[in-house]
Amino acid sequence: MKTSRVRESLLAGARGLYLAVASLVGSITLFVFSVVSLVLIPLGIGLFTTPAVLLAVRRFATLHRVQAGEWADVSIAVPYRREPTRPGVAGQVERCTRMLKDPATWRDLQWLLVNMTLGAVLALIPPVLVLYMLYGWVLACGVWKPIYQAGGGEWYAFIHVTSQGTAFAAAALGTALFGVSLYVNRPLLRAHFLLSRTLLAPTATMRERELALRVGRLEETRHDAVDSSAAELRRIERDLHDGAQARLVAMGMDLGTIEAIVEKDPAKAKEMIAKARQNSGEALTELRDLVRGIHPPVLAERGLGDAVRALALRLPVATDVDVELPGRADASVESAAYFAVSEVLTNAVKYAQADRVWVDVHHADGMLRIAVTDDGKGGAVIGAGTGLSGVERRLGTFDGVLAVSSPVGGPTMVTMEIPCELS
Amino acid sequence: MRVVLAEDLFLLRDGLVRMLEAFDFEIAAAVESGPELSKALAELEPDVAVVDVRLPPSHTDEGLQCALAARRARPGLPVLVLSQHVEQLYARELLADGNGGVGYLLKDRVFDAEQFVDAVRRVAAGGTAMDPTVIQQLLTRRSGNEPLGALTPREREVLELMAQGRSNAAIAAQLVVTERAIAKHTSNIFAKLGLPVSDDDNRRVLAVLAFLDQGR
Repeated sequence: MKTSRVRESLLAGARGLYLAVASLVGSITLFVFSVVSLVLIPLGIGLFTTPAVLLAVRRFATLHRVQAGEWADVSIAVPYRREPTRPGVAGQVERCTRMLKDPATWRDLQWLLVNMTLGAVLALIPPVLVLYMLYGWVLACGVWKPIYQAGGGEWYAFIHVTSQGTAFAAAALGTALFGVSLYVNRPLLRAHFLLSRTLLAPTATMRERELALRVGRLEETRHDAVDSSAAELRRIERDLHDGAQARLVAMGMDLGTIEAIVEKDPAKAKEMIAKARQNSGEALTELRDLVRGIHPPVLAERGLGDAVRALALRLPVATDVDVELPGRADASVESAAYFAVSEVLTNAVKYAQADRVWVDVHHADGMLRIAVTDDGKGGAVIGAGTGLSGVERRLGTFDGVLAVSSPVGGPTMVTMEIPCELS
Repeated sequence: MRVVLAEDLFLLRDGLVRMLEAFDFEIAAAVESGPELSKALAELEPDVAVVDVRLPPSHTDEGLQCALAARRARPGLPVLVLSQHVEQLYARELLADGNGGVGYLLKDRVFDAEQFVDAVRRVAAGGTAMDPTVIQQLLTRRSGNEPLGALTPREREVLELMAQGRSNAAIAAQLVVTERAIAKHTSNIFAKLGLPVSDDDNRRVLAVLAFLDQGR
């Protein structure tokens, strides 16, 4: 009990020292860079430096959030808005304005100011309490003498150290302070993080606005999902009605006729049997295509990786597929991802006239990431009737995002991200 | 000739049994799940296995996996795989060991009983039976490229049938020409594609399939 208290106090002292230094150096540096970068925005340079600097601030703040949880059990939620980043200069400007509009950015900057002053002081007290005791003992061990002889006379807190006796008194005071540190060091560290939390955690209004935004987005994507699944069902109904169903009716009719004429006109009957067989074959082909459009069999049998490989094998252009999936995602996510890839590949072949396509599928940090790159003529835009807006809608249902980089002349790179867990 | 049959849908299994029996095959076992299939293949030593890709209990590609595992245990064990859909990916996996004695056909092909039975016999004899759809896909991908572009339409037709695993005699019968004419076409095709000539029908088919699947 006793030793663990001492260990904790010493640990809190070490962490406090680290935090004090980090708070001072990190906060001041980042604050200065942020201000300079913001000032440079009217000149244009700031547009490019600001996102990078603010990102560094966010990383610094998030490291602090993690340490708060690990060292003092203070949980601080991350308030930043997650939004897709589009590549290119326009994307850069968009990113910059979006970051500046995020209230969390300004609260981060306020936090830097608080952290470099009050925060640093709070973090500094625990190590000082520990080190001051050491200093007291160093004095008591005889170091007081040369200081005194040099004409000084050291003040240890309120004790004027002029003799061995007063030096021992200083050491005793230092030990007493260390005793105090056993009880205050951890609370002080906690206070440091609680202070940070007032600015680093999302406020109620931020959370509310975030929730409102999210509800809006969910309403929109749900509407899209319901709409597109209704349209899919209509298409399937029509395909079945006009295709396989009609062929089976024709077959039944032919068989009836065959039954009637088989004895009178065997030659004609044989001819009709051949026709019926052909009809059944065509009905099967139509059903097969329809099934592929509803849920591709390979996807059901092998999962996303092999389904994409099989898809690539059917393309008329050379396609490299690289898959790194340690498990399988939910069937609905797999299906959405598959059809998204399928649409993007069709675009690459049909519109971009690519000679070569690269597909990369992997899962990291709770995200399924798919990149499709082609060497075609580029110029693909979301919402230009290329089917990419359909892909965006499809992914949107799963909170997934789509980013397209496609300068005229190529190459085109389409990246998709869907948050999901693998099983 | 002894056959092990694996198909989970009763109607199709029953139909296949009756068709094969009508053509004098002996049905060593007709099973409906992956584990049963593995057991039958290991214990009954059939001359050929006819297997549906999708089998219970997992209803994934269990049939294909059992067939591949059985062929690893007994290289060259003749297996004809049936499916509602064909994928080059699966065809490639079946052909990968280079041993021959594999078939991969759409279930529709059972409509033509004679051709289907011919395919079963061919596979049992160590030959190949690839679905025309697979071959079409392979050819479409590479049609514009050299050296396939150098083939005449007739040679292309012959190549397509050859890749499905047909012998010269069968190709000749289908195209209604003499076997000698087909032999001439095949040697032209091999020369144009730069493949070594072989009298062994099975080796020849495997070489053509490997050629069509390469370069990606």
